[in-house]
Amino acid sequence: MQFFFEVLIGGLLAGVMYSLVALGFVLIYKASGVFNFAQGSMVFFAALTYVGLQEKFGLPGWAVFGLTLAVMVVLGIAIERVVLRPLVNQPQITLFMATIGLAFFIEGLAQVIWGTQVRRLDLGLQDEPIAMLMDRFNMLVSKFDVVAAVVAGLLVAVLAVFFNRTRIGRALRAVADDHQAALAVGIPLKQIWAIVWSVAGFVALVAGLMWGARNGVQFALTFVALKALPVLILGGFESVLGAIVGGLIIGASEKLAEVYLGPHLGGGIEGWFAYVMALLFLLVRPEGLFGEKHIDRV
Amino acid sequence: MLYREAGQFKTSYRADQQIFPILQDRIGMLVLGFVALVGVPLVASEYWLTAILIPLLVFSLAAIGLNILTGYAGQLSLGTAAFMAVGAVATYNFQLRVPGIPILVSFLLGGGTAAAVGAVFGLPSLRIKGFYLAVATLAAQFFIPWLLVKVSWFSNDSASGVITTQPVEILGFTFDTPLRKYLFALVVVSVLALVAKNLVRSHIGRAWMAVRDMDVAAEVIGIRIVRTKLVAFAVSSFYCGIAGALYAFAYLGSVETDGFNLDLSFRILFMIIIGGVGSILGSFLGAAFITLLPILLDVALTEGATALGLQLPSGMTSMVQLVVFGALIIFFLIVEPLGLARLWQIAKEKLRLWPFPH
Repeated sequence: MQFFFEVLIGGLLAGVMYSLVALGFVLIYKASGVFNFAQGSMVFFAALTYVGLQEKFGLPGWAVFGLTLAVMVVLGIAIERVVLRPLVNQPQITLFMATIGLAFFIEGLAQVIWGTQVRRLDLGLQDEPIAMLMDRFNMLVSKFDVVAAVVAGLLVAVLAVFFNRTRIGRALRAVADDHQAALAVGIPLKQIWAIVWSVAGFVALVAGLMWGARNGVQFALTFVALKALPVLILGGFESVLGAIVGGLIIGASEKLAEVYLGPHLGGGIEGWFAYVMALLFLLVRPEGLFGEKHIDRV
Repeated sequence: MLYREAGQFKTSYRADQQIFPILQDRIGMLVLGFVALVGVPLVASEYWLTAILIPLLVFSLAAIGLNILTGYAGQLSLGTAAFMAVGAVATYNFQLRVPGIPILVSFLLGGGTAAAVGAVFGLPSLRIKGFYLAVATLAAQFFIPWLLVKVSWFSNDSASGVITTQPVEILGFTFDTPLRKYLFALVVVSVLALVAKNLVRSHIGRAWMAVRDMDVAAEVIGIRIVRTKLVAFAVSSFYCGIAGALYAFAYLGSVETDGFNLDLSFRILFMIIIGGVGSILGSFLGAAFITLLPILLDVALTEGATALGLQLPSGMTSMVQLVVFGALIIFFLIVEPLGLARLWQIAKEKLRLWPFPH
């Protein structure tokens, strides 16, 4: 039983990491209706830029963070300008394919600039078990994972305040509700989209730092980011809460399945379990746990 | 002046409904067929055949498969490579385990197996659409190769997981040299492309397009959504399966499940975006573009680097490739969402009027 809880907690904490990536998807989807496949690449790009800048200039962490954030904001604005603006009013599926192209572009660009080798990212956090829990309950819970969970929690809190309490946040929600109505009451749509993509860049940076510190900054990060997709399906595309809950469910069930089901199936099921689970879930509830129900009209 | 249908009168419905209603198109296709069947074997070197022409044909077929599903029936799929893997492995196993089976029958059965698997993974499309479906097809992309690797029966218990394919032999004639493999692939792809072209003009194809354009409206006018979507998945997977079998038997000479990864799926998706979504011709154009582009880029980069006296870091070309691919996709979606096929169509319309302005 204790082993079960250990796996469960490990899974939940890993799920938080998925949620971090999924948050970026939700933000953009809510505000512009674009399903941004490039979010994973942005995570990779952010992490690589952070490490690259740190190596190059040897600045303290907060300065590099600021610089990278600036880069991500510029990237977000550039995406809005070059990719999204010409594609306004296109079908959603076209926009989706455009973001696939964007994903390739960003992945390639990041490695053209910073090279292809795997790098270590040191945030000064050790991936070691917490001593107190180890002594008391004999449970292995990584300190790093707990910090990641706290960061994710903070991020969600900040975003929630941003969306609900600030002027820009309200404008964002208005745009998400109805583009044309928002335009009609004088909300500058282009600015809003640039802001959303910048915020998504910020979320990508945070996610990239956490994932990079854990697994090393490498191309495989983009595959980890793909795991955010089943999370989204489970939670629903439109819901920040859904991203968190979905992440927790996926993380926990994935780890539990790997430990308890894996040996019977020959191992390595972590690669697809989340997707198949999301697929089966879709058959029951197509709009996800917290998604909005769509009604089709002719 | 030359390309004009003036004076070509149709006196029967048959004549009006041919695939190429304009005489010049028919002549063009005949010339193209002649060049591919006779001209290419005379001049093409081994490098051209193995590195460019055979993969081009194979990817064209896969692109047709995806185009049927995404371009005609409107169901976005990211699992193309997985269905190709099913086709390749199934063909190999039919050939291995059924004694005396003709290879073409194995191909058909392999395609049929892929179609069945495709229909199963198409079931979610009855409930979900758009991005949700795209993510659902990712499940196929990750699950199927895993299964094919894990169950070693599929690869005949080979230790490395890489299996050598059987020789392609029809009526005692073995397709062993690159040239013969090319001709084999050419015939298979041509026949299937012709079938596809006719399929999309039939009531089935029209039902697909109705579902793509608006499924609720299609349902209202009496199209059975369930059947239409599942048939689209099955036919598309059949094409992908045959393409996968060709990929293994005519191109690589081995079945390597790891090769059928997400990257390949994306490449085929790019082919139909660049070539033209919802166009059989576009599948060929896109496949040609995506197959040739890396080779040209590679040459251009190495030539450019040596000309400037630069030393390119290893792996740089593949990164530049990613950037160029990505940029091209975005460019095409913005400037010409219907791809190269649409450009060709515009060129033809211009040619009709040339040299007059109206």
